[in-house]
Amino acid sequence: MSAPGISAGETAGASARLRRRVLGLPVLVHVGGAIVLTWLLLALLAPWVAPYDPIAQALDVALKPPNAAHLLGTDNFGRDLLSRIIWGSRLDLQMGVFGVLFPFLIGTSIGALSGYRGGVVDMLLMRLLDITISFPFFVLIIAIVATLGSGLLSFYIALALVGWVSYARIVRAQFLVIKHADYVLAARSLGFSPARIVFSHILPNAITPAIVFSMSDAVLDILLGASLSYLGLGIQPPTAEWGLMIAEGQTFIASAWWIAFFPGLAIVSLAIGFSMLADGFAEYFGLRE
Amino acid sequence: MALLDVRNLSVDFMTPAGALKAVDDVSFAVREGEVMGLVGESGSGKTVACRAMLHLLPPGRRRRVAGEAIFEGRNLMAMDDAELRAIHGRKIGMIFQNPSSHLDPLMTAGGQVAEPLIYHEGLTRKEARSRAIELLRQVGIPDPARAVDAYPHQLSGGMRQRVMIASAVACRPKLLVADEPTTALDVTVQTQILRLLLELRDKTGLAIVLITHDLAVIASTCDSVAVMYAGRIMERAPKPELVARPKHPYTMGLIRSQPSRAVPGRELPSIEGQLPAPGDLPSGCRFHPRCAFAAERCRRPPVDLEVAGPDHVTACLRWREIGQAA
Repeated sequence: MSAPGISAGETAGASARLRRRVLGLPVLVHVGGAIVLTWLLLALLAPWVAPYDPIAQALDVALKPPNAAHLLGTDNFGRDLLSRIIWGSRLDLQMGVFGVLFPFLIGTSIGALSGYRGGVVDMLLMRLLDITISFPFFVLIIAIVATLGSGLLSFYIALALVGWVSYARIVRAQFLVIKHADYVLAARSLGFSPARIVFSHILPNAITPAIVFSMSDAVLDILLGASLSYLGLGIQPPTAEWGLMIAEGQTFIASAWWIAFFPGLAIVSLAIGFSMLADGFAEYFGLRE
Repeated sequence: MALLDVRNLSVDFMTPAGALKAVDDVSFAVREGEVMGLVGESGSGKTVACRAMLHLLPPGRRRRVAGEAIFEGRNLMAMDDAELRAIHGRKIGMIFQNPSSHLDPLMTAGGQVAEPLIYHEGLTRKEARSRAIELLRQVGIPDPARAVDAYPHQLSGGMRQRVMIASAVACRPKLLVADEPTTALDVTVQTQILRLLLELRDKTGLAIVLITHDLAVIASTCDSVAVMYAGRIMERAPKPELVARPKHPYTMGLIRSQPSRAVPGRELPSIEGQLPAPGDLPSGCRFHPRCAFAAERCRRPPVDLEVAGPDHVTACLRWREIGQAA
């Protein structure tokens, strides 16, 4: 029986409610989530699921097309492509997660401060934002990475310095609206401090679009990391990383297509997974049609 | 002594065109356990007056607030933010017209009732939760143990208003400012909510300032009434006195134009004309362009409140003549 005014299905316990909520998510979230989760599992279990050592060379089996021993073939050093792709997923997923995490935290804080305080604070922070976005994104990233030296850490620093702008804009716009929301007035009438109002009432309501954006941003960061590796500014050989593998396979594209093709497929699949998650969540939260 | 004594409250909004007088020299008082009705048309300044006194006007707009609001012997108008936070929620609660938009959509009903208890009284989450369930029961929510975990969108309008009331009275305030608490609700639910407010008053001695445009609400709930028009108090009296012997043409017009007084087949009487814009107020008595009794001297200032009986004041210059005519 349901009490008046309470929709049916509120009786179940917390775990059953969670399960129902997960099942109620859009199909896109399920499919995208399955793809991302698969890659996550492969990355975590790489030492156990990868059939070969990703950097061990075996020149006697070099440039072999996909076969029973090497399901995705081998590269010019005889390294097993499947193993390299599985090990590479560790790096590429990491780039997706950390490449988003720092810009997300920095951008959200700046956007929240800017939108909530307004006035001079807002003006100064937004000019800083304008300066940052007035440089072409890729050029700025490459310039920072080139200055700091190649490697993952420089990549993350560069992204943190440049990538926060999108989050700051999204969160600031939300704050500008929500700080005037009726429920914020109600919270003020209950005597809550500004900090409590921001963290317990405005931020949870403002953060959803930033979370959705972070999923599509993860795709861009993975592609960017792969591009940097391709250009020689990211991961260094012989480490297995998808962008780097594509760069290495480029020379053999006519004779041994599989060397560049399968890492490319891996990037595309992970990117599609994150995109589907982003679209699905956007749909779920009613941010898009 | 009055629990709340508002004296000469004025609120001007500053615009490029000049200062707009939203509230002009408004005074009223509320005793402990009293329900005081503040009645007036939309735009008459009743909400602005109450929000100004609680420092809850929308931030950002330039304005000038003058006057005093003495609550328990201390002037609210002179308090800084920290002092006010000790009053808001703890001593004075406020509920609003639209419960749907004044509840945080991402927080459960129980969470919103428990939050002031955790914040102001230092209860643990568990204690606050059981107190929240108890409060939800008190405000008449069926099956509060389940409703405590419901989100606002899962509740009906009347239930949301009850949740907001529970949240506002959670810390047992002395005064509740209710801004059109029933306007967004069904008529049947309106009565229930008003009855609930009176019940809370009887149980806890809560004083209530009830802002409304609906005289029927006043008639059924209030002990005393202040009638506002274009930012000013027109008449102030105990309710039975005001309803039986109104001493201002505006009050008389409001009483006559109540739908409950309609005679079948006859057009419902109304007050001709419209509320003047705050930037373009008539001189003298602000009601004179719409008043059937307006005379030459009504067009000129000053128009002060005159005592027309015990606890009864009116802003009408001609209340004696009108009283005889009516």
